[in-house]
Amino acid sequence: MRMVLKGNGAVAHGVRLARAQVISAYPITPQTSIIEGLADMVSEGKLDAKFIKVESEHSALAGCISASSAGARVFTATSAQGLALMHELIHWAAGARLPIVLANVNRAMAPGWSIWTDQNDSLSQRDTGWMQVYCESSQEVVDSVIQAYKVSEKVLLPTMVILDAFFLSHTYEDVEVPEQSMVDGFLPPLDLPQKMDLERPAALGNLVFPDRYMEFRRKMDLAHDLALGVWEEVGREWGGLTGRSYGLVEEYRLEGAELVFVTAATAASTARVVIDAMREEGIPAGLLRLRVFRPFPAELLRGVLAGRKKVVVLDRNCSFGHHGIFHQEIKSALYGLPDAQRPPMYGFIAGLGGRDIRPDDIDGMLRGVWEGRITDPVSWWDVLEAKDPARAAVVMA
Amino acid sequence: MSTEVVKLKPGSYKTDLKPVWCPGCGDFGVLNALYRAMAQLQLEPWNTVVLSGIGCSSRLPGYVATYGFNSVHGRALTLATGVKIARPETIVIAVGGDGDGMAIGGNHFMHACRRNLDVTYILMDNEIYGLTKGQTAPTTPTGDKTKSSFYGNPEPAVDPVELAISTGATFVARGFSGDMKTLTNLIVQAIQHRGFAFVNVMSPCVTFRGESQYGILKEKLRLVPEDHDPTDRLAALAFTREKDVLTTGILYNVDEPSLVDRIAHVRELAKAQGPEPTVKDILQTFFPSF
Ligand SMILES: Cc1ncc(C[n+]2csc(CCOP(=O)(O)OP(=O)(O)O)c2C)c(N)n1
Ligand code: SF4
Ligand SMILES: [Mg+2]
Repeated sequence: MRMVLKGNGAVAHGVRLARAQVISAYPITPQTSIIEGLADMVSEGKLDAKFIKVESEHSALAGCISASSAGARVFTATSAQGLALMHELIHWAAGARLPIVLANVNRAMAPGWSIWTDQNDSLSQRDTGWMQVYCESSQEVVDSVIQAYKVSEKVLLPTMVILDAFFLSHTYEDVEVPEQSMVDGFLPPLDLPQKMDLERPAALGNLVFPDRYMEFRRKMDLAHDLALGVWEEVGREWGGLTGRSYGLVEEYRLEGAELVFVTAATAASTARVVIDAMREEGIPAGLLRLRVFRPFPAELLRGVLAGRKKVVVLDRNCSFGHHGIFHQEIKSALYGLPDAQRPPMYGFIAGLGGRDIRPDDIDGMLRGVWEGRITDPVSWWDVLEAKDPARAAVVMA
Repeated sequence: MSTEVVKLKPGSYKTDLKPVWCPGCGDFGVLNALYRAMAQLQLEPWNTVVLSGIGCSSRLPGYVATYGFNSVHGRALTLATGVKIARPETIVIAVGGDGDGMAIGGNHFMHACRRNLDVTYILMDNEIYGLTKGQTAPTTPTGDKTKSSFYGNPEPAVDPVELAISTGATFVARGFSGDMKTLTNLIVQAIQHRGFAFVNVMSPCVTFRGESQYGILKEKLRLVPEDHDPTDRLAALAFTREKDVLTTGILYNVDEPSLVDRIAHVRELAKAQGPEPTVKDILQTFFPSF
């Protein structure tokens, strides 16, 4: 069925179609309309789930963890401060190998307070063992939520489905919402192997001594390796059912591209327009959109980027003291290439705290690098630079 | 040069920021009562900190010309603790909403009461999450319809006043943002109190609970009887169990050592230990011949 949905609405429909059984959440802008949508679906009888609005995000994820341990398919959604507050249990959910799906609407962290988009909230959770999928459109959101359950339940790792605040969460688009019967065939009811079971009583959350701890962690890492293939397989299967295939990354006009722009989320839509215009002019530019960021498709990226003349990475995030995060990771993935194959990389940090990234900005980055005017390995884009960088210790100049 | 003492007026405590609350929001009344109370006490702005969590109500520090801190959701009292301990001579006023103080920050409330933290805490109780647009709060009456409870709130509500008295707060009052005179007086006495002074203010959210809240509250509210003994804990608690009535005024008020007093006491004990023994002193304890 075709519907006009904003990103948050698309999340709610995905969760409905996945037949989540327990939803535990706490409101926070710009996520709130996801759980409001789900609360409406539950009260209208469109979704047969137990919905509880708890007293904090920490409690929301705790509720998901225990309901999931009891064998239920669960869901929660949050953003920025809420995700940070969940952090202790974010580790827990992955360590306990629970197939929880969480939607995070990317929002900048305080202070200063901001409700607008950037990726530092979700990327701060990079090393927790969660899988992360960055979405570009409402269509991709609804499709990815459903796929996330399938992949999570196969490899027993939780997934964060991530969407940009407002640019995606609150922008209405034409979406093909799949039929329930089709989704039911794709995603069978959850049968969690290690769920709480009276026949096989077990205690959860025990102390693990140094002689065993590493083995549990090794298995998490192996599950991530496995998940790379599972995401590809599930994305292809989805394509067979709907005509919309998904991979770990999305390639756009990369054939013959010497200048490759890499980014994630909605900035990719803007980039596409710029790439088209540059191609028109004869500049051999192309786009690589990161979709699945954990597990990290290092080998795939190495293959796609090998031998290109220049690679430009746009990060809507920053690991203070060392580059944008996507930039770092891609650079380390390319390290294994022979010198002649390894393209020089140029990182841009832009759009933090929701600052708009317009076609002109991306055009400026790409042209600057292509024409050799920008040679710095990392640049902050469209920022009022401090007059005297040595005075950076003074917060308010 | 003559030093002229300038008398501060309620308006002296205003900032350039214009409140962004909805017209008719109860929080305007709380802000005005606070301005008046501050002027009545001639609080020195440079010696006063107004601190909040996050919510519509938590915007208040921005409108008061003192030190202000709009902190994270639910943590006003934890941050207030740090300021008060570091600078016991400052007046610390924490403010926030019922969601901020009773939901996400609920556990901190209990410990602030129990420790008798020397701050004034003004809770703007609108029985709803205003800022996130109308979800059920822990104070929302059972059965009331909200954005997150289509069939009415299925859960029982908490009464912050009852919680404060039962967990050890030493000054507990209930006010109404529509009764400026009483509220100003309550805030004045709360600020003067040594120890945790809690003022729960019924402050209607006209947008998500409706303008009718003012009428409903006016029907229910009555002033505490003049013969009430505020040191009588059970009598105070009885006011929190009333049905169809909400009693305003100072319900509980006792004098107990505060957190600052207790910390000062521990430091005195520590100082009385004298200087730290030297290595030589220690060795001599074990080897007197050393
Ligand atoms: C960790 C975290 N979770 C959620 C939020 C979103 N949030 C902001 S204010 C608020 C509730 C506001 O209700 P209340 O404290 O009663 O204040 P009011 O707006 O009613 O004055 C919520 C859930 C947040 N800022 N931080
Ligand atoms: S939403 Fe409610 S609490 Fe917030 S400013 Fe408006 S009336 Fe006040
Ligand atoms: Mg409130």
